[in-house]
Amino acid sequence: MGITKNIKGLTAHERQRRNLLKGAAAATAASTVFGSPMIWAQNIKDVTLRQFGTGVSNLNDVATKVKEDLGFTLEMTALDSDSVAQRAATQPKSFDIADIEYWICKKVWPAGNLQPMDTSKIDNYDKIVGIFRDGKLTPESEIAQGTAPHSVGFVDGPDGKAFVNEESGWMTLIPTIYNADTLGIRPDLIDEDITSWAQLLDPKYKGKASILDIASIGIMDAAMVCEAMGEVTYGDKGNMTKDEIDKTMAVFTEAKQNGQFRAFWKSFDESVNLMASGEVVIQSMWSPAITAVRAKGIPCVYQPLQEGYRSWGGGIGLSKNLSGLELDAAYEYINWYLSGWVGGYLMRQGYYSAVPETSKDFMSADEWGFWFEGKPSEGEIVNPQGVALEGPGATRDGGSFYDRMGAVACWNSVMDENQHMLRKWNEFIAS
Amino acid sequence: MSWLQLSPIISILGFFLILPIIAIVVVSFWASTEYSYNPAFIFENYGYLLSSKVTYSVYLKTLTFTAITWFFTLIIGFTVAYFLAFHVRSLHMQITLFLLCTIPFWTSNIIRMISWIPFLGRNGIANDTLLSLGWIDQPLEWLLFSDFAVILAFVHLFTLFMIVPIFNTMMRIDHSLIEAARDAGASGFQILTNVIIPLSKPGIMIGSIFVVTLVMGDFITVRFMSGGQSASVGRIISNEIGLLQYPAASASAVVLLLTVLIMIGIMMRFVDIRKEL
Repeated sequence: MGITKNIKGLTAHERQRRNLLKGAAAATAASTVFGSPMIWAQNIKDVTLRQFGTGVSNLNDVATKVKEDLGFTLEMTALDSDSVAQRAATQPKSFDIADIEYWICKKVWPAGNLQPMDTSKIDNYDKIVGIFRDGKLTPESEIAQGTAPHSVGFVDGPDGKAFVNEESGWMTLIPTIYNADTLGIRPDLIDEDITSWAQLLDPKYKGKASILDIASIGIMDAAMVCEAMGEVTYGDKGNMTKDEIDKTMAVFTEAKQNGQFRAFWKSFDESVNLMASGEVVIQSMWSPAITAVRAKGIPCVYQPLQEGYRSWGGGIGLSKNLSGLELDAAYEYINWYLSGWVGGYLMRQGYYSAVPETSKDFMSADEWGFWFEGKPSEGEIVNPQGVALEGPGATRDGGSFYDRMGAVACWNSVMDENQHMLRKWNEFIAS
Repeated sequence: MSWLQLSPIISILGFFLILPIIAIVVVSFWASTEYSYNPAFIFENYGYLLSSKVTYSVYLKTLTFTAITWFFTLIIGFTVAYFLAFHVRSLHMQITLFLLCTIPFWTSNIIRMISWIPFLGRNGIANDTLLSLGWIDQPLEWLLFSDFAVILAFVHLFTLFMIVPIFNTMMRIDHSLIEAARDAGASGFQILTNVIIPLSKPGIMIGSIFVVTLVMGDFITVRFMSGGQSASVGRIISNEIGLLQYPAASASAVVLLLTVLIMIGIMMRFVDIRKEL
């Protein structure tokens, strides 16, 4: 048959190649004239970063705003904490960004699937709250028990596997979100004041209590309760000995067999349903669950307790696979995350942002006063979806940021006796 | 030539059934740490599994669930199949009613199970109805997040697996046998026990195998309906997988597999279903 040649003597194939080369030459010329941001802006639209994490921070609204502000696509997957740990440790090719908690980081960093971040590339590094850098909220603060974030926040170099205790310039996770957790209660279904963790096991609430079925977090709540009851004394609740673990679980197993618990929850939606339906009146809860129940018009209080809070922090880590354009996009994402819009969003759910100063610009003065400073609200306080949570004159449960984060009794932890703790926890659940 | 004809099914079974099972058995002997596991040959997984009293209490619980579920699905399944096979006149109606039974299964298993939760809750529809009828004056706590709820959900989900094989077998019973029995003077009850039940045994056995394997392996139904308070063997395995303890999970899976195979082996002793197939 033969390839037909057109008048100018070029085959279709050769013509295509010529056009391509022409185009490439033009683009190169144009880019040198206008600078590489043009190629950057073009290319970054094609970048997709896959993020996975627990439900608290995998918000579709963030992905939408990222597309708007930065141009690339963020694909989110929400999982429960145990699955998050599993994925971070065993499926390195399945994600680009890991949104995990600091105690999960301690577990999975040695698996080597994440790369440390160069803090010099992070614009707002100096404004990050002290808790995540030197461990102290204010210079006089005491460092609470447990896996404090700063102790697993830094490694010794760009390929570092070991954690170091000073700000080495290479961060494992960029802190994005944290809070002080306590028990949630239905004030309309409870007659008395709840002041202590011990009241979770109060026989008055038999069949109406719940605790979360995530071993690493549940054990800390259990420890707070047992210590408040005076049943067990601990050296470091964040790193319990075998004996302390056994005693704690024995107390809880007895309570379970007496019918103290109505149910256990594993994901935060279950906790919302349990509380909203009135099946449970006192349980361990996470902050957005409280706001979710409130948004349904049901009273629910995040009760400050005299023994203090159990705190946790989460952050974003980068997959080892990221390089080149995608790595740059990831750093853009991190800088954007700390620049305030997300911080404002998270604060409206009751969390704290790692860089409160920038979040302030994205919240109204009234909201800032309510959520951060613990001042009474002047108008209505709405959640990020616009549903009203509080009327005027309400104060945030627990007070100001310094009241709450300054009263942290322990951090979510990974203990040396982790295997033993897991076995004991499973026995408790199965009993 | 016959080998060639068999090769598709052999390769499918080999690749998707035999190979994974071999992999599980091999991994069950491996060692593991917090977040990784490595090839080894140790008995520690089995040792821990078989010496922990939790294992035995969980197996007992699961077997109890299985037995009670089997009992109720059998009664309900047999009754429905009997009605469909012998009391419905036209073939047309039989097929229609039979399809009607299967319609709920067109939706997800999990949704059907979860929809019990608002129904049985303390402030749920069942309690509200009973309260307004005046039959009780406090909501019944044991309706939900209890063993009752688990078994209710199991029976709801798995009765169809009994109805189908039993109906199938019953349809094959020659009606002239029943006529002959009646002519010989048998009462309705005697016909049931002497003719119908013995001839339905293969169907009952197939249905039982389905129900037993499904309940023994289940973990989602147990978890949701008991509010996370009851354990089943499947939950142990899923917990271990969630904690990256694959060798331990594999050991549990192997033990479960052997247990169920033994149970089915025992059941097959009673009926030879090869005649049926």
